[in-house]
Amino acid sequence: MGKLTIGCFSSLVGSLSLDFAVKLSEAAVQKGHKVDLWLSGNGTMLAKKGQKAFKDYSHLAKKVQELLATGNFQITACEACAEARGYHKDEMAEGLKRFSMDWYLASTFSADRVLHIGGD
Amino acid sequence: MATRKLGFVIRSLPYKTEASRLALTHAISSQTVEIYLEDGDLVEPVVCYIGDGVLNCLKGQQAAKHYGVTSIEQHARNSLLLDLNVMICKEDLDKRGIPDNALVLDAEDIGGETAAKVVPYSEIQKVMESVDHLLFC
Repeated sequence: MGKLTIGCFSSLVGSLSLDFAVKLSEAAVQKGHKVDLWLSGNGTMLAKKGQKAFKDYSHLAKKVQELLATGNFQITACEACAEARGYHKDEMAEGLKRFSMDWYLASTFSADRVLHIGGD
Repeated sequence: MATRKLGFVIRSLPYKTEASRLALTHAISSQTVEIYLEDGDLVEPVVCYIGDGVLNCLKGQQAAKHYGVTSIEQHARNSLLLDLNVMICKEDLDKRGIPDNALVLDAEDIGGETAAKVVPYSEIQKVMESVDHLLFC
């Protein structure tokens, strides 16, 4: 089975690109692939804990936890992008990681496919 | 020992979103990626500016003065200082009436030895076909 690395700059609420990235991750994991999801820019907001579900807004926190539980999915947020948005390590959702941007490039090294969603 | 080539294709306008800035900072982060890789393995980025993305290369950006943030020009200079391979689409410059002397083509003032290249789109296409992964920003 393969490894897919997805990078996403798009915001949690305000764009459905991040929803697409999570849905694609789910589909890949269900097929037995491994997925690394990198969050940068506004996308880092997905990594913040305490997100409340409203029917009018995307709510991906539950799905992310389900994917993490498979052991074939990891999700990492850009540390600088998160700090610039005022949330810190102790505010990260459980199981999510924070690293600098070189983590993403390292993940692409061993990826069979890379999907980069670089807009907002 | 292996090298993976990543093509960062910058199409976004500067400052409208974070995309072009993040493309450059991610490309520049290739300088420290070895800490996550086996000895001898490398990630080699190439940065291509096409479409509206060529506007990121303009000289004289005043982002610090007006917004209090580092300019994308500064990131472009840093990418050259770090010897990244940088290409700018000639046709997209011509379409916008931008002459080469309006562009950040080198970083000699900060000690850089590498120059950006203004090339026809066909050259960029070749690069896009040669890299392992493409990242559109």
